[in-house]
Formats: sequence, C-alpha cells, structure tokens
Amino acid sequence: MEKLLELDNLHVSFQTYGGEVKAVRGVSLSLEKGESLAIVGESGSGKSVTSKAVMRLLPNKIGSIKEGAIRFQGKDLAKATEREMEKIRGAEISMIFQDPMTSLNPTMTIGKQIMEGLRKHQNMSKSEAKERSINLLKLVGIPNPELRVEEYPHQFSGGMRQRVVIAIALACNPKVLIADEPTTALDVTIQAQILDLMRDLQDKTGTAIILITHDLGVVANLAQRVAVMYGGMIVETGTVDEIFYKPKHPYTWGLLASMPKLNADSKELLAIPGTPPDLMNPPKGCPFAARCPYAMEVCLEHMPEATNVSSSHKAACWLLDERAPKVEPPEAAVVGGAR
Amino acid sequence: MAVVEREKLLEVKNLKKYFPAGKKGVLQAVDDVSFDIYKGETLGLVGESGCGKSTTGRTIIRLYDATDGEVFYEGEDVHGRKSRSDLKKFNRKMQMIFQDPYASLNPRMTVKDIIAEGIDIHGLAKTKKDRDNRVYELLETVGLNKEHANRYPHEFSGGQRQRIGIARALAVDPDFIIADEPISALDVSIQAQVVNLMMELQKERGLTYLFIAHDLSMVKHISDRVGVMYLGNIVELTTSDELYEEPLHPYTQALLSAIPVPDPELERSRERIILEGDVPSPINPPSGCRFRTRCPHAMDVCAAVKPKWQEAREGHWVACHLYDEEAVKQNN
Repeated sequence: MEKLLELDNLHVSFQTYGGEVKAVRGVSLSLEKGESLAIVGESGSGKSVTSKAVMRLLPNKIGSIKEGAIRFQGKDLAKATEREMEKIRGAEISMIFQDPMTSLNPTMTIGKQIMEGLRKHQNMSKSEAKERSINLLKLVGIPNPELRVEEYPHQFSGGMRQRVVIAIALACNPKVLIADEPTTALDVTIQAQILDLMRDLQDKTGTAIILITHDLGVVANLAQRVAVMYGGMIVETGTVDEIFYKPKHPYTWGLLASMPKLNADSKELLAIPGTPPDLMNPPKGCPFAARCPYAMEVCLEHMPEATNVSSSHKAACWLLDERAPKVEPPEAAVVGGAR
Repeated sequence: MAVVEREKLLEVKNLKKYFPAGKKGVLQAVDDVSFDIYKGETLGLVGESGCGKSTTGRTIIRLYDATDGEVFYEGEDVHGRKSRSDLKKFNRKMQMIFQDPYASLNPRMTVKDIIAEGIDIHGLAKTKKDRDNRVYELLETVGLNKEHANRYPHEFSGGQRQRIGIARALAVDPDFIIADEPISALDVSIQAQVVNLMMELQKERGLTYLFIAHDLSMVKHISDRVGVMYLGNIVELTTSDELYEEPLHPYTQALLSAIPVPDPELERSRERIILEGDVPSPINPPSGCRFRTRCPHAMDVCAAVKPKWQEAREGHWVACHLYDEEAVKQNN
C-alpha cells in the first residue's frame, strides 16, 4: 500500500507563562491511500494538536513543531512555508471541525463559502463554482440545493451545517480529510446520519480520513485502523479489530472497560483512577504509569519502546517485554465475548 | 419477579412548562408530562437536545415555575404559593447536580464555603468547628480530602469539580437528587469514576435519583427505569432492561439503533434505522403525535390525534398509535 502521509517522531510544544507544555512527544504515524485512521484519546492527550500540526494551524507565536517530519507527497510539511501550505490546505488536505456552529462564517452565504476554495485552488469561474457547489450540497444530502446555496448558516440546523462543512472540505477533492470530533456536538440520531454520510462519501471519493475522537463507538463504526494516544504519545496502534478484540496496552483496556455496554448486564464500571499527567512536567517513564494498575518499577523510569504484536499491531508497554509478568486484560475490557 | 408495591417519592402530573418566544410565540418545552419516581430508585430521562429533559428536571425542583400541572413530593405539592419555610423544607430534601462543573461553582468562593452554603442556610452546624468537620466529612465521602477545603474551584480538574458539586448537593442530607447531565462534560475514564461514586452514594444513603442525560448507554447502566423524551413529551417509559431489549416506540427504536457501539464486528453487521431530517421546532410542533414527521411507521391517524399515554405491557408505558388497537382500526 502506498503511504500518503507519514508523521515521523513529531514533537509539538506550546510556550506558556508557566513554561513549556509538551503537548505531542514523539508521534509516528502513517496514513495509506483511501483508508480511515482514528486517533483516540482523552482531552489533553494531544490528538487535536497532532492534526493541527499537520495542517500547520498551530497558534503562531506560542505553538511550534520542535522536532520531527510530516511527509506528504514527497514534501516535509513541518518545514513548508506559509505560501506552500496555502496551496495544500483545502486542496490536498482539508479539515472538518467539531462545532459546525462556529466553523462557518455567519456573514457569508454557504454557496460563497463553498466556492471560496474552488475559485482559489481550481481557478473555476463563478458559474462553474456555483454549479459545483450545488452538486456538492446534493452529494452531502441537502434537499433543494439550488435554493439553499443562497442561504446563510443560521438558516441551517446543526446537522445540516455539519453537512455544509463536509461539502466545503470535499470541494477540491482532497486526498486527506481530517475530521476533528465531527459528530461530538450533534445528537445521536443526527450523528448516525453524518457517520453514514462520511462512510458513503469515502466509498465514492476514495479520500483518506483521519478521524479524531474520544468516542470508541464512533471509532468502531468508521475506522479501519486506530491509534490510541495518551499524554502526548501513541501508546497503541492496530487495526480496529486488533484494538477492540486483542488490546495490549493497559490504557486501552481501561478505556474499553470504563464504557458501559448496551448489550451486557451492568456491573460496576472499571474506572481508571487518577487524572492524566501534567504535560508541563511530563513523567520520565511511561505516561500512563501513575494510573496503571500493573505498573512496575521500570515503567516509572524508562519509556517503553513500541513492541510489534503483529505486522499491523504495535503497543508501547513494558508488559510486552519477555521479562515482564504475564497479565490478562480485565474482564470488563473484553468486547463482544471471547474471540 | 413479584411486583412489590413501592412507595412513590415523587409524582409528576401533567406538567407543562412554556416559555414566551418572540411576540406571540410560545415555546412548549415540556408539554403534559406525567410520571412517578419511587423511593430509592434511579429514573433516567433521555432524549436529544431540545427535547425538554433538562427543563423537566429544573421545573420539578422549582428552578422554573410550572405553566401547568403538579409535582407532588411525598404527597405534598411543590408548586403553587409557598411560604419561605415551606420552600426551605423542600430544598433540604431535593438537590441538584449540574452539567457543567466549570460554570456551576462560584470561582470566588473556596470549596469549603461552596459546600457549606446549604449547611449555613439551613443552620445545620452549631459551631464553626462543627461546620468544618461536616465539610471535611463530605469531601472524604466524594473521594477528595480535607486539604482541598481551602482551595478555589479553578485549582481542580473537571472530574474533581463534579465531585465538589456532588458534595454540595449532599451537604443538606437530601433524599432526592436531580442530576442534569452530570457526566457529559467529562472524559470517558473520569465519567466512570463519577458514575461509580454516584451509585455508591445511592447504596449507602438510600438516595433517589432523577438522572438526565443524552448518553443512552450510561443511562442504562445507572437507571432502574428510563423515560424517553421527544419534543416536550415522554414517549416511552419502562425498566431499563426492557427498554433496551424491547423498545416499543419507533423513536426509541431509532435512538437505540443510532448509538454507535464500541464493537467493530457488531457495528458492521448492525441494521440501523436512520431517521430523516431534524427535530421540528417546539414553537410550532406538529399536530397529533409530535414524532410523526420523522416516523417510519406514521399513519393518517398520527397527524389527527395525539396518541394516548398507555400501559402497553405491565410497567411498560408508551404513547404511540401502533399500540392502540382502536387507533389502528380507525386508521384502516
């Protein structure tokens, strides 16, 4: 498979009054053509910062890429100039944000907002761009697109606005679509519509999707591969089946166990004790060690290397070392019975 | 299982809450809702944003005055004209936990004063030392410690703040707590901590909860019975197991099938009912059954007649013409 986007040992930091916050600490990832990769983690785990770094949308003065490369089509985006990035944003890589209420311009008709990218990147004439916008609105399932193209964002409901945002993102046929919590602000029945739409569009256009979310249900629904982030690092990656049915990292176990199951009897939820680490002073060893029920001495001192479990499955945990005691995941973390 | 005659703690009868909207408009946030809450149980209330679940909770506790209808707490009407002392009495028995732990704690008060506010108002502590001890005890009950008492809310994480909110609610020793989306603003791993804490407290203190949330899987986990709301109406109410195993109302069925389950294989094989369109405006709701505009089984009768709130099976209430033989006959 062809690698479309590759992150290599990416470090991102923010300068604050209190000191340097190391939000992303050595993330390596790859995205293949047409696949959907989910990045899962809690707030503050660095998942959104990673995606913003790819788009080079980090706040100018305080946020910076400290180290590492972002390779996209033979170019290192980490070193690209603003001018080069302008050609890529919206045309090659585009992004959908969490809140459809704030990511659209309230003073422009939605037609104009869709046409913006088309006019800039594809040099379309006004009438061509308008026709394409109407087609795009049809594609994302907005009824009466000829009329609605002239309307303003406030005339649309939340779910409809998210459809418009998706239409804008897909306008120039990007190769990569980054969706940062695309359904978090929506109700469940509307979320189902949008997830359905995204899957459908991916089949049609072959765009690769990076899905950033904290909702494991959405991951199971949409993703083919998953990267679990914690404390600015990727602690486990694998195919969606490997992560859900054969998870290896205690944090992934904790995530799976702390979610109530609709189709099972309610036992006590297995909560992860404590809170995520302070990234101003990140721990020396494994970021999860302080909350991990299986933590050993070595975990506090040394960061574990990513260990290959299978060709597609990696986890960074000392438990996978041959000298470590064998530990089975807690029962509550087992998804869908024994497999 | 034998049905034990349970004691009703709270009775809500034909509760309505309308808000003025624009010049002549009326927003029917809660329209004719009736249910009971039994002593010691957890009743979950689910629905999408704008369905009136939070307004129901806030009207019950009298944060809003009801437009119409009654709320009886242990047989006594909560609404209507009340003396100060009567209100105080209700406030000691009923408490609330709010959704946003960042907005619901006064940033200029120490945690000790936040928690002790109710103790002071109701005069539950005789001396300063007594007051302090009560606060320390409450902090420990919710998994914080004594050293936290003199700090300010901004020094705490979201999960810890929600624990402070719970301690504040417990301070006056209530019997009944309304929890309005208490975990929605928290991360998954922290959500489980707070839910476990709430369930433990219920066991220890025999509390009764009204648990309002939009996350059906969490509601199922914590509730004994669940009510489903749509556009100001309760459309279905039954035990949480029965609701998930045999949902009767088409809206409940759609809602359940829309939740993504953290199990990839199940997700691939699952048939989904995807509802068309959006929730209509509560200012001008559809006639008859309010769900009919999105309902895959809508009949002619649904537009004409509002479905009756009836017990389709023992302990399983639903408002839908599909389960009303007369209405189906009339339709054919």
